[in-house]
Amino acid sequence: MRITFPYMGSSPLVFKQLLSELGHEVVVPPPPSKRTLDLGTKYAPEFACIPFKILLGTYLEAIALGADTIVSTGGVGPCRAGYYGELHRRILHDLGYEVRLLILEPPLRRPGDFLRALSALVGSPLTWLRLPGILRRVWTKLNVLDRVEKAAHAIRPYEVTPGETSRVYNDCLKAIDAATTVAEIRAAEAESLARLAKVPQDRTRQPLKVALVGEIYVVLEPFANHNVQIMLEEMGVIAERSIYLAEWTRGNAIVAGEKNIKGAARPYLSELVGGHGLNSIGETVIYARRGFDGVIQLAPFACIPEIVAKSILPRVSRELDIPVLTLFLDEQTGEAGIRTRLEAFIDLLAARRKKREGQVAWAAI
Amino acid sequence: MGGYLGVDVGSVSTNLVVTDEEGEIVASLYIRTQGQPIAAVQEGLAQLEKKVPAGLTIEGVGTTGSGRTLAGVVVGADLVKNEITCHAVAAARLVPDVQTVLEIGGQDSKIIILRDGVVTDFAMNTVCAAGTGSFLDHQAERLNVPIEEFGSYALRAKNPVRIAGRCTVFAESDMIHKQQMGHSVEDIIAGLCEALVRNYLNNVGKGKEILPPVVFQGGVAANVGIKAAFEKALGLPVYVPEHFGVMGAWGAALLAREKMRTNPQPTRFRGFQAACLEYKTSSFDCTGCSNQCEVISISMEGKVIARWGDRCGRWENLL
Repeated sequence: MRITFPYMGSSPLVFKQLLSELGHEVVVPPPPSKRTLDLGTKYAPEFACIPFKILLGTYLEAIALGADTIVSTGGVGPCRAGYYGELHRRILHDLGYEVRLLILEPPLRRPGDFLRALSALVGSPLTWLRLPGILRRVWTKLNVLDRVEKAAHAIRPYEVTPGETSRVYNDCLKAIDAATTVAEIRAAEAESLARLAKVPQDRTRQPLKVALVGEIYVVLEPFANHNVQIMLEEMGVIAERSIYLAEWTRGNAIVAGEKNIKGAARPYLSELVGGHGLNSIGETVIYARRGFDGVIQLAPFACIPEIVAKSILPRVSRELDIPVLTLFLDEQTGEAGIRTRLEAFIDLLAARRKKREGQVAWAAI
Repeated sequence: MGGYLGVDVGSVSTNLVVTDEEGEIVASLYIRTQGQPIAAVQEGLAQLEKKVPAGLTIEGVGTTGSGRTLAGVVVGADLVKNEITCHAVAAARLVPDVQTVLEIGGQDSKIIILRDGVVTDFAMNTVCAAGTGSFLDHQAERLNVPIEEFGSYALRAKNPVRIAGRCTVFAESDMIHKQQMGHSVEDIIAGLCEALVRNYLNNVGKGKEILPPVVFQGGVAANVGIKAAFEKALGLPVYVPEHFGVMGAWGAALLAREKMRTNPQPTRFRGFQAACLEYKTSSFDCTGCSNQCEVISISMEGKVIARWGDRCGRWENLL
């Protein structure tokens, strides 16, 4: 089997190690680019969402590189993404690619389906014996990647030379990628954190704090959101992302978690609306309580769960006094439009802060 | 006497404003961008110089609009600011207790909500440019009505027809259909104004609390038919400022003034003679990594003065 998988943030480094340790030949897909999106848009239904289109483009690029099997995840609740695996399979078959799609369903909800797909991936009984060790290494790597990325995000708003943090971080990713044993991965983490800490910083700055919430793919994959997190940080704003893959996996696949988020959302929304709609509400409440200056909701265009959330967010915003900006994303979205809205949003937040301090200002001049 | 320059480079028009020391407009200009932002800015500077009172020296420059970064390099800006903030600043200068700003330009439309003098919320059109200036221009031409008179036709309507305003293509087919049914041009134009306002309020204005005073600005504010349709739909008086077409540029000048006054420093303005310098742009695809950024270089008199488009700063930082 030559296996490939969806590309999302830094997670390909983890999937690459997992699948190759399971004894497969791994085709790491190229990071999503304009070409990926063009391919996906060409063969996807027009009204499919942008995660669907980027994923389809990624699969086509990986197939061109020799992949014959695709592993992806399923979903729960009333969001189309639960059917996307099947729809991807049919589109690929109609295009004449006889690829196999293994859909990993949420193990706590559909253990049978999950185990069937897992068995296909694990294969021989001998590999089952090695599985705990493999999972330990991969889990370590996933967590290390998240921690190092968080460290980079925390430093970037203070960096003296624009782009310096990103350059160091990209080198760190190479070092973590090369590490395979738990000891090596931990050593790479220590080295990465030390290197990032050395990035020259101006700690006299008092950055605004903005949180990013929304649908998981557009929150996690910078290409899908025009790199908003880094764009904000390079404008000198702390941008905290609601979703990191390790925590998300723990809360959704290992234990039934995220109870705090659901609880926080309850005064506004008590139903699962599919996808991450409930999370967008609950997380906005939590960020308001944590004293954030504003929240940005990232939503694929025409995503029903996020549309439901968007229609409730004005009330949350009003009652908890926290500004919320929604950005809908699809293949038509231009970076210039996103930048203009982000700049205006930051001006709005800066003016609010000044006003609280008893001063008058229009913008972060 | 000192003064401040604001330049707003939009998709359809390029607007320039010069203010006096106090921020009051002393000269303004509204010209077409015609897809050539650099040439439009230069043409604007050349024309504006003749209107500026003798003895006025520019002490600060602000640029705004979708071409703000480029314009900033061409004129030598002290401040480059997004058009949402600029429009809010200008509206609030004129109407200090303004709570709602409706702005419709050539290809975008926005709503800005202010409370107690600060912006609390805003939205811009995302998926559709229906109802913006370009579409009205096109329809005026098709109906053979000068765009300047478009609004007064609407006011003469006796019985506005209902036009589907969700999408420009369908709006146009619907208008043709209504013409062929025999409705008068006045009724069709009034119907179109109402449809565009309905579309604006349902999309850009969705979920926003529109409270008075309401200020309506941007090029489309010239259209008295749209103004009347807004008043009818909102049940509120709508105020159109005297300089409705150059409010963004004025806001940029006001912000430049604020910046230079809080933090005095020599202006970076290249002078009105920037109109005669030779600017060139070129672009290439960087092959440094998988991002394949499209890098733009701007040169002035043969010397590279700005680069952008590279995500990592590799080219930008070379300067």
